[in-house]
Amino acid sequence: MVRAAAEVAAEVVDPELPMLTLADLGVLRSVETEGDAVVVTITPTYSGCPATAAMRDDLVHRLRREGYDDVRVAIALHPAWTTDWITEGGRRALAAAGISPPGPARTGPVPLTVTPVRRQLTCTRCASSDVELTSEFGPTACTALYRCRSCGEPFEHVKEI
Amino acid sequence: MNDDHDSAYAGLLVDDAHWAFGEAAHDDPLAGMDTSIPAGVDATELASYCLELGDDALVLAHRLSEWCGRAPDLEEDIALSNIALDLLGQARLLLTRAATADPSVVPPLPDGSPVPPEDALAFFRDDHQFRNTNLVELPNGDFAETICRVLVWATYRLALFERLAAHPDGVVRAVAAKGVKELAYHRDFAAQWFVTLARGTEESRRRLHTGLAQVWGYRHQRGEDAVAEAVLAEVLAAAGVAAPDVGPVATSSHTEHLSRMLAEMQVVARAHPRGRW
Repeated sequence: MVRAAAEVAAEVVDPELPMLTLADLGVLRSVETEGDAVVVTITPTYSGCPATAAMRDDLVHRLRREGYDDVRVAIALHPAWTTDWITEGGRRALAAAGISPPGPARTGPVPLTVTPVRRQLTCTRCASSDVELTSEFGPTACTALYRCRSCGEPFEHVKEI
Repeated sequence: MNDDHDSAYAGLLVDDAHWAFGEAAHDDPLAGMDTSIPAGVDATELASYCLELGDDALVLAHRLSEWCGRAPDLEEDIALSNIALDLLGQARLLLTRAATADPSVVPPLPDGSPVPPEDALAFFRDDHQFRNTNLVELPNGDFAETICRVLVWATYRLALFERLAAHPDGVVRAVAAKGVKELAYHRDFAAQWFVTLARGTEESRRRLHTGLAQVWGYRHQRGEDAVAEAVLAEVLAAAGVAAPDVGPVATSSHTEHLSRMLAEMQVVARAHPRGRW
């Protein structure tokens, strides 16, 4: 029996944050069938996110394996991706993997911040709130680097966007 | 469950033969988007404008990527690379939009070349065909000068992108709306370092003043902007730094610095316009 294309697409995981499915991340916007073709629409997280090509390949690869030969991946840039689209399940999966989930994204005009951003975070290892920002730019485009002053653990935080 | 990534090659096995130095043709960053020309918009002017915005991002992305492995410490190395990556993404979208609006801007390539339009624009145009401002093509200088350039450029670009929310073209609007979020992080990164260097040592202040004087005159090469000027004034005030006494530098033809940068960026790609893997 052929599984629904939407169900297959929803299982594909993010190449850089593999504890999240593309659906959890909020990147997967729609899965539609047009005759025999499947059109999957995704919204990239960052303009230059190098994982976008891998996401597209993984979606095509998985759907072909389930018998969908004609798969097209479309890009939707509007509305822009926001961390607010990460699901509750996705946030729990991030925390369980030691990555601090994002707070609410800001909206409206972008205020200038000349001092380091202060976020109310807790260490993903020991739950201490005595944490410090190491860098707003981490190993992937979507994360900042933190360190816990209590237990010394370095960890990533998915930054609000 | 993650069998897509058990092998580093598994995910690459979908129509993977493509030009060796860039993106696969099926990796169109505007795939499935409406790229028709809106009523009242001149396609040639739209393409030209997208090249200006795209080239600014491309050239500065390349300059920032020159810091990779050379920044003062690992965190700043990663930060500058991240900013470069965001700008490269903006450049891909804008160059692709230019090519869809007016295909005649794309340089001709040999028959059978798999080079997609965005890469043809990036790698196969000559220096005089680039539309970027002088501000982004200047050499990096030291870390302080790079911080000054990112501050000035990102502040102006952010103010411009906020206004582009009203642009008639849907792709430009979408690129700008996305870019605003990224540029806010770039500007604030530079603003925080600007204040840190200003409050640091005599040597860091000296370098900051020198760097700011180098880039200050170029800041309105895409037009003056009161919103951006107010933000810059706020950063300078927070840092206790006076604006340099440097008059505006008019946009001129490109400097030799761009030619040298492009030579390095393009040489391998140009040697293999049909290269596939």
